[in-house]
Amino acid sequence: MLRIEQLTKKFGSNTAVDAATIEVDRPMMIGIIGRSGAGKSTLLRMLNRLTDHTSGSVTFEGRDVTALRGADKRAWQADCAMIFQQFNLVPRMDVVSNVLHGTLNRRSTLATMFNLFPTEDIHRAIDILDRLGIADHAPKRAEALSGGQQQRVAIARALMQDPKIILADEPIASLDPMNAQIVMDALRRIHEEDGRTVIANLHTLDTARRYCDRVIGMLHGRIVFDGRPEQLTTGAARDIYGADASFSEEATSTQLDAVGRASNVATVPA
Amino acid sequence: MAEISTTAGSRVTNIRDDYMALTRRKRLYSGILLAIFVALMVSGFMVADARNAGGFWDGWTNVLDFPRTVIAEASEKIHELPGHLVTFFPALIETINIAAVSTLIGAIGGAILSMLSTRGMARWPRLIPVFRRIMDVMRAIPEIVIALVLIFVLGGGPVPAMIAIAFHTVGALGKLFSEVNENASLKPVEGLSSVGANWSQRMLLGVVPQVAPNYLSYALLRFEINIRASAILGFVGAGGIGYELKNAMSWGQGQYDESAAIFLLLFATIVTFDQVSSYFRDRLTHGRKQEMLA
Repeated sequence: MLRIEQLTKKFGSNTAVDAATIEVDRPMMIGIIGRSGAGKSTLLRMLNRLTDHTSGSVTFEGRDVTALRGADKRAWQADCAMIFQQFNLVPRMDVVSNVLHGTLNRRSTLATMFNLFPTEDIHRAIDILDRLGIADHAPKRAEALSGGQQQRVAIARALMQDPKIILADEPIASLDPMNAQIVMDALRRIHEEDGRTVIANLHTLDTARRYCDRVIGMLHGRIVFDGRPEQLTTGAARDIYGADASFSEEATSTQLDAVGRASNVATVPA
Repeated sequence: MAEISTTAGSRVTNIRDDYMALTRRKRLYSGILLAIFVALMVSGFMVADARNAGGFWDGWTNVLDFPRTVIAEASEKIHELPGHLVTFFPALIETINIAAVSTLIGAIGGAILSMLSTRGMARWPRLIPVFRRIMDVMRAIPEIVIALVLIFVLGGGPVPAMIAIAFHTVGALGKLFSEVNENASLKPVEGLSSVGANWSQRMLLGVVPQVAPNYLSYALLRFEINIRASAILGFVGAGGIGYELKNAMSWGQGQYDESAAIFLLLFATIVTFDQVSSYFRDRLTHGRKQEMLA
């Protein structure tokens, strides 16, 4: 389905991503972990074509997406939704308009200028917001919402794109533990119910273990771990983070229920 | 369970209806605004056209006549073009000189006035409104008016043009610079006053290093504008390439090859300085990026 081969990105003399090779054969939820500056964000941005690659290739369903230009590239970006750490919504526009931005690839500039979105799309946007539990905020400005709510609006915008892949770049790094759990539950549910592939950069190991079917570890731009969450032992984590024996996950754990884990993955606020 | 889902369903329906009503209202408002805008534009155009001596509809087909004649004559005498370019090059240098000197004087004056009129930096805080009004006045008077008065008093030549453009530039850059100053941090200034520095030392060492890149960027933009301004002032007798252009054009048909050469020179100058200044502006922002990364 998705094949990343020898994907490399150089910034001047720095190599941000060094010959990354990943093969995804079926829809799954993938967590990418690693230190800050390990190249996680650059990898996702290259998949979405926000950043151009230096060498290598990304193939999706037999099509080389790194070679796309112009309208084809924008169509691919519509198929490959992106969720950002800082939400990247338009703060002064209302929530539904922000969600409707997910359909911009199918709309002309003129229709956008006069705000002429079809009624079905508006209804669908509100349904998606309802699915994520924030339909009540529909007419509010995006900037009036809390961080967790804004991130769910961003997820709604991604769903509005009806994408084949959802990329999430540190979706919970700016959120408190409660909101982080709501957002991660929402992403997991999207994967389970819609069968979409979700690739998320995560900065906490426990989140990756708990929500992902597959964990990829990056260090200095290289992929140093690729396996099931159970295989992610403390020793493996130390290698990924380049840490010594003093490294302890619990010291920085942000999980709410450090005792009874994995009990409420499926329960999501409607 | 069924009840719960129906109430949830009706809640979503309510939200949908409310939002659709909101959207319809917004669309109505933008529709009305658009209609008013179009009506104003059309009626304004009709009024202007009715009062016009010649009339737009009769005249607009002739718009391209002048360029066509110029190009036709220039291509006829294409072998004379390099000679014309050489002839008018000194006049171009004069025009650029006027622009450069007036931009430099204007930037220095604008920097001083902007610091005198920024809260927290001003030497005499009570006089801030006075300095602001001075800048307003300098901006308000068109260059061409000052130039005409000065040419009447001092006689034609590059000096009146330079003074006129510098005067306007002080006001224009002072306004832009003071907006840059608003965003500068006052902490270094406070640090310098704690060691007993006087006002000019505080400004020179505490403010200028912070604002210099933005100042330079605005000054380069102003330099481009001033090249055009000094070319225009040539028309009223201030020398430079504008004077030559006026002469070339007033000799009329048969001499348009000279006009063509001057247009080419002006075009090349504007392109050159646009490229040069965007290069420097790029380097400024790029340099700052590198500092931030380090």
